[in-house]
Amino acid sequence: MPEILERNIHSHSLLHASAPVHLPDRVEPKRLHTEEMVLNIGPQHPSTHGVLRLEVVLDGEVVVDVIPHIGYLHRCFEKHAENLTYPQVLPYVDRMDYIAAMSGEHGYVTAVERLLYIEVPEKVEYIRVLFAELQRIASHLIAIGTFGMDSGAFTPFLYCFRDRETILEMFEKTCGARFLYNYMWVGGLSHDLHPDVLPMCRDFLKKSRATHQEINDLLTFNHIFVERTAGIGVLDREVAINGGASGPMLRSCGVKWDIRKDDPYSIYDRFEWEVAIGSSDRGEPGDSFNRHWVRMQEWEQSLNIIEQILEQFPRQDATDVQSAIPKRLKPPEGEIYSRTETPRGELGYYIVSNGDVKPWRVKVRSPAFSNLSLLPLLSRGYLVADLIVILGSIDIVLGEVDR
Amino acid sequence: MGFLDHMELPVLPTDKTGEGNVIVTSLDTLFNWSRLSSLWQMSFGLACCAIEMMSTAAAHYDMMRFGVIPRPSPRQSDVIIISGTVTLKMASRVKMLYEQMADPKYVISMGNCSNCGGPYWEYGYHVLRGVDRVIPVDVYIPGCPPRPEALLEGLMKLQEKVRAQGKDIEFTE
Repeated sequence: MPEILERNIHSHSLLHASAPVHLPDRVEPKRLHTEEMVLNIGPQHPSTHGVLRLEVVLDGEVVVDVIPHIGYLHRCFEKHAENLTYPQVLPYVDRMDYIAAMSGEHGYVTAVERLLYIEVPEKVEYIRVLFAELQRIASHLIAIGTFGMDSGAFTPFLYCFRDRETILEMFEKTCGARFLYNYMWVGGLSHDLHPDVLPMCRDFLKKSRATHQEINDLLTFNHIFVERTAGIGVLDREVAINGGASGPMLRSCGVKWDIRKDDPYSIYDRFEWEVAIGSSDRGEPGDSFNRHWVRMQEWEQSLNIIEQILEQFPRQDATDVQSAIPKRLKPPEGEIYSRTETPRGELGYYIVSNGDVKPWRVKVRSPAFSNLSLLPLLSRGYLVADLIVILGSIDIVLGEVDR
Repeated sequence: MGFLDHMELPVLPTDKTGEGNVIVTSLDTLFNWSRLSSLWQMSFGLACCAIEMMSTAAAHYDMMRFGVIPRPSPRQSDVIIISGTVTLKMASRVKMLYEQMADPKYVISMGNCSNCGGPYWEYGYHVLRGVDRVIPVDVYIPGCPPRPEALLEGLMKLQEKVRAQGKDIEFTE
């Protein structure tokens, strides 16, 4: 990928010659001689989802090549991690993938606990999985809402944010923060579950299933939306696997790969649910529509998991959620790679410890970065308007791409 | 009288009900009033705070009731909300965006990152320690990220500031 990033404008003709340009059926091939034009999208653009800059080479309205320029939100996470103690790194983990902060925290604390060989109490695991799944829904709600906006529908955005507020309220009651929590600590949690949260959750389950249907009617099965997204930006199954795609991006191609199922962490093996994959009912596997459709299905599956958590939740368990937190956090010398499934895909932490209170090195394998790197392959040969849809369907978070 | 109260303008009572039809005012007051009632904001997100800004604009908090409408272009907007960490690579772009805006223009610095570098001030080798090093800031909103209520409070403070422009009115803290 860095090779593409460093390529300058003058070498585009070379790239153009080798790149297969597959035109959609509806676009007539150009008969007149046209000259290529370079269009700059971003870093300030409403549909780049943050501060991404795209250098687009156009032939008329057809995209010849896209070069994503990143680094506008490089906040030096890995350098911070080397300078801070293990618990102090957590707030920076929150700010990395800020749309799904709980999922990021879950990944980090799982990694450090594996490094320390800590077992956490059962109750803590239940609360963690409950919050991680609620966060997954909240994150997908933003992805679905903004994807609707990218393809021209504004209303679903408002509906999605309305539901997201309910989830944030539950987080706020429990840990005091609305958005960036610092809630999951290594070995425990910062606060016990607020007594109101479980009833709120039960209420939310009912409402959210209704909203799911509502969004499906409004957006997913809307004829205009399907026309706009089906068959656009098709990702090949082999390319997805070789390119390191993960999460909804990979599953939309029909690959049943979910770390919660295939490499279970925490207590995910106790629940019954389906891995959502793309289908060819509308569009074809791997296109923009199926990436959205996988998110919609995952929303439903997360609700199923939450339902089972509510049934199994150890209500009588009076364990202190901070009982397993080590007083002095100093892992033995060693290294660990631990991966978890965040809403965007496989989030991996590679931590090297030299026996100090600070990590010697923390490397993050971020799903959004790998998914974004496939954008040039996805968008060649489509129109500029389709490029915006394709970018929206990847669901990137620039904080995680640049770190 | 509704909006006339909001204007704090002298209104001459001309009919029996005491409601006036004639307004005596200075042009400055009228201009300030129109400016503060339609602060068009540039929809420009930088980092985490941008999501809270989106929440503020969505149905639950509804920023539009203050006349704040997101505009995608700097040339159509009056206020730029710096919502997130300004990195060194982004700083020149932020400055350019500010320069492209038409006068009168206002800046709200939302969140600790753009106020002073926030949690990144010490080890962040690529983070600008405060957006006020590149552009002048009117209102600072603390928080990491600030709640939507805090952003609304900041907008109201900016409105007060606009109302007091060119006059000897004390701007309340």
